[in-house]
Amino acid sequence: MSAAIVLLTLAERAAASLEVGIWGTAAWLAVAIVAAIGSMSLLGMALVLIERKVAARFQSRLGPMRVGPHGLFQTVADSIKLLIKEDIIPEQADRILFFLAPTFSLIATLLALVIVPVSPTLHLVDLNIGVVFFAAVSGFGVLGILLGGWSSNNKWSLLGAMRAGAQFISYELSLTLCLIVAVLFAGSLQLSEVVASQADGWWIWRGHVVTIVAFVVFIIASTAELNRPPFDLPEAESELTGGFHTEFSGLRFAFFFLAEFINMFVASALAATLFLGGWMPFQVGGWDTFNSVMAIIPGPIWFAGKVAVIIFISMWVRWTFPRLRVDQLMRLEWKFLLPIGIANVLIAAVIILSGLYFFPVGN
Amino acid sequence: MTAPIRTLDDRIRPSDTPDSPLDTQEYFINMGPQHPATHGVLRLMLKLDGETIREVIPVLGYIHRGIEKMGEAMTYRQFVHLTDRIDYLSALVNNWVVARGVEVATGTETNDRIEYIRTIFAEIERIQSHMLWWGVLGMDLGAFTPFLYGFRDRETLTDIFEETIGCRLTMNYIQPGGVMHDLHPNFVKRTKAALAYSKSKLHEYEELLSGNVILQERTRDVGILSAEDAVALGVTGPPLRASGVAYDLRKVEPYGVYDRVDFRTAVGSVGDCWDRYWVRVEEMRQSIHIVEQLIDNIPEGKTMLMKPAKKIVIPEGVYYNQMETARGILGMVLVSDGTSDKPYRIHLRSPNFNNLWALDAMSRGGRLGDLVANVSSLDLVVPDIDR
Repeated sequence: MSAAIVLLTLAERAAASLEVGIWGTAAWLAVAIVAAIGSMSLLGMALVLIERKVAARFQSRLGPMRVGPHGLFQTVADSIKLLIKEDIIPEQADRILFFLAPTFSLIATLLALVIVPVSPTLHLVDLNIGVVFFAAVSGFGVLGILLGGWSSNNKWSLLGAMRAGAQFISYELSLTLCLIVAVLFAGSLQLSEVVASQADGWWIWRGHVVTIVAFVVFIIASTAELNRPPFDLPEAESELTGGFHTEFSGLRFAFFFLAEFINMFVASALAATLFLGGWMPFQVGGWDTFNSVMAIIPGPIWFAGKVAVIIFISMWVRWTFPRLRVDQLMRLEWKFLLPIGIANVLIAAVIILSGLYFFPVGN
Repeated sequence: MTAPIRTLDDRIRPSDTPDSPLDTQEYFINMGPQHPATHGVLRLMLKLDGETIREVIPVLGYIHRGIEKMGEAMTYRQFVHLTDRIDYLSALVNNWVVARGVEVATGTETNDRIEYIRTIFAEIERIQSHMLWWGVLGMDLGAFTPFLYGFRDRETLTDIFEETIGCRLTMNYIQPGGVMHDLHPNFVKRTKAALAYSKSKLHEYEELLSGNVILQERTRDVGILSAEDAVALGVTGPPLRASGVAYDLRKVEPYGVYDRVDFRTAVGSVGDCWDRYWVRVEEMRQSIHIVEQLIDNIPEGKTMLMKPAKKIVIPEGVYYNQMETARGILGMVLVSDGTSDKPYRIHLRSPNFNNLWALDAMSRGGRLGDLVANVSSLDLVVPDIDR
């Protein structure tokens, strides 16, 4: 459904801007899809390589060094390996669902990726309900994991899938509450307008403490949503041998893997967009020279820098912390994050209604 | 008279008294023999209710090599080589058990130099074993970085072994009547450097893992083993001491030169995973302390008192001899017929075999994640369970 919306939007925009007729539009659309898949694979491979290199630094070793200079092409080689591997479907598996599961995961990720505003011009789809769309498709991703665990017909996979279901549904709440805080401050659901509202200062500075809390909770909840350590219970290698993707190999595994890493990028990008000003440069009211110097740096670089910082924090956490237990994970969400999130939204609403801003907010 | 044989079929049935308000059904799941958290070919059959553990049934025999039986066809010197392979992280203590058993049985007195060397090496090996355990515990609980830190720091200690003994894992260094070779000239210098390094790294371990709130959550009040249960199940080593029983053979029946050094026995109070964790970390400190006391005072003397070519014939009888490895008490029963230079029967009381059976008592009612923490906190070496 949402895929259709995105495709239609793409087609409309392409047709409107190109004026080349329906076949020309189709051709452009094909190019766009290939480009999207290509860029997604590239992004995924880059993130995997970065993760491995960062992990290596934390663990005082070198990481991949053999393929290309400093192992630059290691993930390319790994991807090729995954692509040409034998496609194994367990005999007892539900074949249709087994096929659909990784596809769902990847589609959900792809859909979330298109709304990320990299710069004013590099913004694939600027939906007027961008934030809601993100919440919707990120909930869609869990379906792939649930189906993957169910269709494998393996008890470990099923345990992983059930954990994933409980975890994602719980943390979705906190995630959405944090989105609401950002939306309340920005006064719009459209991501381009959320970014535009931060021209005078990022929301993390201007929202009193509320947005800082929302940002931290968002990072925690999105780490849980992304099923990354210390919340990687659905795959929990040392407990469930691989969790929901125990039975997946080759291309199907690559889909899950790719989806996970792109999701990390999307969540970091959303955090950067909502709280750290997206592609807006760092501005301080009154310091005109400083502001103009900052404004020279192009938007995409600001955006990439912010995303990189958040991704680095995510990796830092991953390679430092042990994993939580299932009940502890639930306790963290329902007893800590959710009450904090709800209180946070209420305080944000009070601040906005009473107009208690530190900085002047346009209109 | 026949006793009813309990089969697995008896155990596979829905719970009679479900303590959950939900309509749940128990199921069995195989953890192992291929599983990342069982560190080898240990197989645990888990009876689960959702994620809650109802029963843990260890299934053995996947790495049984018949080492005790093979020992009956070997001379004592040859059998030492096999003992490296039972608990590969305590190879030297395994060697020592055989050597001391033969020495006691034949009435051979060793000199101080030999005992000093044996004690120092046994303690260095205990440190490296605990370092490896520390890393693996981190990995089992989901933190991969400690695993590599543990292995990195363990290298400095295995390098010491490599220099003097020539091997890093399967040493067969301690022989009846002495040790294989004399110490390497660099030994004292290198050991001191390695100990200083290990000390600084222990501090790093505390910061990385011990103080971590998630680790504390995962281990505190998890897998509690009471002192009574521990004693009844024959649990030894750090798990026993963590349950509050200060029983350490190095203190109780000192061998080597343990009666001449000052060290303390780490004892837990609750018997949970955290106590087992803490006891081992503290044992690393104490072992460093022991080696520091001994390293400067190694006396001069011969390092091999029995002629290797000479047949060792033990007088007829049954001999028992036990020692404290990094995992608990390793005992060796040796039966000799008094005529042959080969044992009539050898039986090993291995620490891991007995410690394994505490797993069920610890894990019942816990979660799957707790079981992984429990397995890890017992520090099982699977080849030692099956032998």
